[in-house]
Amino acid sequence: MKPVNQKAWLLILPVVLCVAFSAILPLMTVVNYSVQDIISPERRVFVGTEWFKAVMRDDDLQGALLRQIGFSLAVLAVQIPLGIALALAMPAKGWQSSAVLVLVAISLLIPWNVVGTIWQIYGRTDIGLLGASLAALGIDYNYTGNALDAWLTVLVMDVWHWTPLVALLCYAGLRAIPDAYYQAASIDGASKFAVFRYIQLPKMRGVLMIAVLLRFMDSFMIYTEPFVLTGGGPGNATTFLSQYLTQKAVGQFDLGPAAAFSLIYFLIILLLCFILYNWMQRVGTTDKEPGHG
Amino acid sequence: MARIDLDLAHAYRANPQRDEDYALLPLKMSFEDGGAYALLGPSGCGKTTLLNIVSGLVTPSQGRVTYDGRDVTRLSPQQRNIAQVFQFPVIYDTMTVAENLAFPLRNRGVPEERIRQRVGQVAEMLDLSGQLGMRAAGLAADAKQKISLGRGLVREDVSAVLFDEPLTVIDPHLKWQLRRKLKQIHHELKLTLIYVTHDQVEALTFAQQVMVMTRGRAVQVGTASELFERPSHTFVGHFIGSPGMNFLQARGHAGGIEIAGRLLAAPSEALARLPEFTVGVRPEHVQLVAADTAGAIPGVVTQAQDIGTYWLVTARVGSADNETLLRARLGAEQAIPRVGDTKWLSVVGDYTCYYLNEELIA
Repeated sequence: MKPVNQKAWLLILPVVLCVAFSAILPLMTVVNYSVQDIISPERRVFVGTEWFKAVMRDDDLQGALLRQIGFSLAVLAVQIPLGIALALAMPAKGWQSSAVLVLVAISLLIPWNVVGTIWQIYGRTDIGLLGASLAALGIDYNYTGNALDAWLTVLVMDVWHWTPLVALLCYAGLRAIPDAYYQAASIDGASKFAVFRYIQLPKMRGVLMIAVLLRFMDSFMIYTEPFVLTGGGPGNATTFLSQYLTQKAVGQFDLGPAAAFSLIYFLIILLLCFILYNWMQRVGTTDKEPGHG
Repeated sequence: MARIDLDLAHAYRANPQRDEDYALLPLKMSFEDGGAYALLGPSGCGKTTLLNIVSGLVTPSQGRVTYDGRDVTRLSPQQRNIAQVFQFPVIYDTMTVAENLAFPLRNRGVPEERIRQRVGQVAEMLDLSGQLGMRAAGLAADAKQKISLGRGLVREDVSAVLFDEPLTVIDPHLKWQLRRKLKQIHHELKLTLIYVTHDQVEALTFAQQVMVMTRGRAVQVGTASELFERPSHTFVGHFIGSPGMNFLQARGHAGGIEIAGRLLAAPSEALARLPEFTVGVRPEHVQLVAADTAGAIPGVVTQAQDIGTYWLVTARVGSADNETLLRARLGAEQAIPRVGDTKWLSVVGDYTCYYLNEELIA
């Protein structure tokens, strides 16, 4: 029998306190809010699952959720192929490769709200280069008035900001492929496309999965850029989930519905994480590479 | 199939000045159509560079490569129609075994009917028939290497098949089987095969002609027995054989040659006139003989090891300030000397080789 030492509880106490203060108590507060109607700090009424039902039936929320999923899928559909293409085009060695790496990484250093501000000005038809150029070409571009324009601007902004991350990950994956593969493909008479399809793409699978995961989660919580650009407008065109939640909780101070919704949001993210994690685990362990000299 | 001629040198750096700058020093070499060749040498001797030059993965910095007299120096491996198998298995992860084997044929637009037939034959040869439908990525290393070998052998019209230490990752007992299989395939298909290895047993059993290389230089090309009996360079004597050749310093004198402080009868007049040279004798040819036998020198036994089928006896010869170790392979049936005994060992005989500046002179 192992000796029992109750002192161990003392040792984990700091962690328990930290987690309680930073995660458990706030979460429980949210759970508490979600089942009450808070009329004023002194007056509150227990309403049961009322808020959950209301939130689930809320058209605005369903709209925001659909927009969110559409946006995340569009982000993946553009950034992943573009990132792969960039990585393939980047020089493999010499000073050029270092220079290109630094250049590509620059946009990753810019904070979200600055990116939003940059594009807000860049897209203005009076003083912004992009907006003015499009106007000069006769294209009616107006991100503050046209829903599609606003949505596209946020998408392009995200592509501009984050595609380099995908490109860097793919670049690392490409550099890890032993030369023997390219030599063998050359001996086997493989075309450039066959090299990509049968060597580069399969060998990049690991990093691509990480890229998909990172970009999906990141785009799923997008908040700052549309907030800075148009505040979620015009109308609701760029109101995504986190922004909708913030409007409800901080803007309108509807604490009950906001709490109910944030719990649903939490469950959605938990579910997606679970699916992605399992998918990565499964694909990641099917075959291990033997060492290449 | 083709006869391959090389007349080239290669340096990986620009403007090579000294010999050390070259990965391959200037060399001339011919591979006859349908021959089995081995490039043998220690790691870093330039054998893989030479192989990659033959296949077209590397373009030599000087000189040219010709196939049947046609200059192919600037052509790609694909244009040269070469097959090459690498040291570590290269397989296409997403394909099945059959698709892997068919890949070189599909890329060349061979009709599907013919592909099926060839893939079947190659799989049969390499005992892969049962695994054709499996995904290649999940297989063990030796099965993967068999797939690599199969992709090298699946085309019948190749100019040559090149192997770059292909059996490194294979288990010893399978290694032997596969080597025999390759020999058999060579007999059946009459392909030109060039095999790179650092394992002398592999090279000598596989090839008709073995090219021994060291430090970017091809020092000797010959059959197994030529390399064994008459190494044309001290490196060959040292590298081939287990253990390698014994080398003793010798000096020519008016009355004969002096080895390890003893004056022996000169095998030839020319040698007696040389002030200094090296005598090389294989441990297999060193024998225990009676005292004062012609061509023998005395030595003190320092070690006697039982290697199973023979004894390896090491003796110290020469004076205290200039002593050399001499190894002898003695049959197990002989009386084995004890450590500390002084024995007479024959060193000058029919099989003895003489070297000046590392090159064979007599």
